[in-house]
Amino acid sequence: MNKTQLYEKHLALGARMIEFAGWLLPVQYPTGPIAEHHAVRNAAGIFDIDHMGQIMVHGPDALPFLQHIMTWDISTLAPDDAHYSLMCYGDGTVVDDVFVYRRDQAYMVVVNAANRRKDFRWMTQQATGYNVQIADVSDETYMLAVQGPKAEAILQKITDIDLSRVPRFTSASGQVAGVFTLLGRTGYTGEDGFELFFSADQAEHMWDAILEAGRDDGLIPCGLAARDSLRFEACFPLYGHEIHARIDPISARLGYFVKTGKGPFVGRDALLKVRLEGPEQKLVGLEMVDKGVPRQGYPVLIGGEPRGHVTTGMKSPTLNKFLALAYVPAEHSAVGTEVEVLIHGKPKKAVIVKTPFYVPVYRRKQ
Amino acid sequence: MSDYIFLDDRRYAPTHEWAKVEGDIAIVGISDYAQHALSDVVYVELPEVGTQVSKGDPVAVVESVKAAEDVYAPLSGEIVEINEELPDNPEWVNEDPYGKAWFFKIKMSNPAEYDELLDVEAYKKVVEEEEH
Repeated sequence: MNKTQLYEKHLALGARMIEFAGWLLPVQYPTGPIAEHHAVRNAAGIFDIDHMGQIMVHGPDALPFLQHIMTWDISTLAPDDAHYSLMCYGDGTVVDDVFVYRRDQAYMVVVNAANRRKDFRWMTQQATGYNVQIADVSDETYMLAVQGPKAEAILQKITDIDLSRVPRFTSASGQVAGVFTLLGRTGYTGEDGFELFFSADQAEHMWDAILEAGRDDGLIPCGLAARDSLRFEACFPLYGHEIHARIDPISARLGYFVKTGKGPFVGRDALLKVRLEGPEQKLVGLEMVDKGVPRQGYPVLIGGEPRGHVTTGMKSPTLNKFLALAYVPAEHSAVGTEVEVLIHGKPKKAVIVKTPFYVPVYRRKQ
Repeated sequence: MSDYIFLDDRRYAPTHEWAKVEGDIAIVGISDYAQHALSDVVYVELPEVGTQVSKGDPVAVVESVKAAEDVYAPLSGEIVEINEELPDNPEWVNEDPYGKAWFFKIKMSNPAEYDELLDVEAYKKVVEEEEH
């Protein structure tokens, strides 16, 4: 079992630790996951996400190589841009969902912890014929997320980077708390915020410095439970739940990130076929009409028959409703469709609703 | 361990329910240790009034952010009242597990079962062991 550099810090804060993707990570602190969730929506939270992997792609063919393995059009990334993308297998199912950062002389691909080794192998296999160097730098790179409306003000206290000049989905580098840091205006919570990459031996120093800088602004440490409820409300997929190696991104309603028009890439033909013929099942949002907590794996009934399943469900802390993401047959995926979720053996009424449940702040129209 | 509240005016099941007797009625809830282990409670599903239950039957469900847990009848009898306000105020389970967050009342069919439940000292030992 892997421990992050901050393991002892989490224990000292009274965190409850759980195993996640081979790592021992805080699922919550004594504040509790709901308070942590609200802190990020209303003030700020800091997350230890060092379990995430970072894979560097260098070399003259870095761009054509990434175009070959990514569904997003990587050629649209200006220097310092950071963008969400998927990597797919030839049959269109998902290897992983990632963030691609364009750096000066290279690209950094941020991958899910559980997929780190698999992704590295996959990328290396796919690199045949491309003049690229692929390096897994996860061990020496630390990753923290600072998320919430106060994130900019808090980090500005301890950095020489002018954060007001770092728009959403871009990055900048400079000193944060005296440590050279790459800082992306990204995150997976639906709020404004930053993800920080820096030398792993500075983890404790950086953690303390950010907690101190945020003390008067309501910043608190947040665990995996809050991270999950925050991303869920924004309907961001989580590998192993909404996406995995048996589902394609079109069915997962991630078609926006699949640029079938950009030219050939791994999985393109299969995805184009799904796009043209329409997926058999679709990911939808459910709101419970009857009370009950829908959870991953619970069957979704249509006309009394099990026809789908929940991928993530919970009581949404922000909206105070019982909500779920679920796969249902495409012909029953329209908003307003009445379904049932089998909860503890009892069918409970639910209705298909629009997603996202919570529109990310940076995506709202002014 | 010392942080949890234990009350000596009631008895406990090893599955962390408490029962407090008033006449032939037992009021049932879950312990402070149980609510703490669950973390933030988001939903409570209660049995229907009139249900006949046997000691050990799963009769209610308490759901936290992370998990759903059964609540077992610590005593046999008939459910004669449920805490109707609790499903709309699940946070009471965290805030006041021995008071406002009672789950249901059982009219005991075998009051001798109450004496078989754990007294507060025996229950503390159960919690101590689970903590290790």
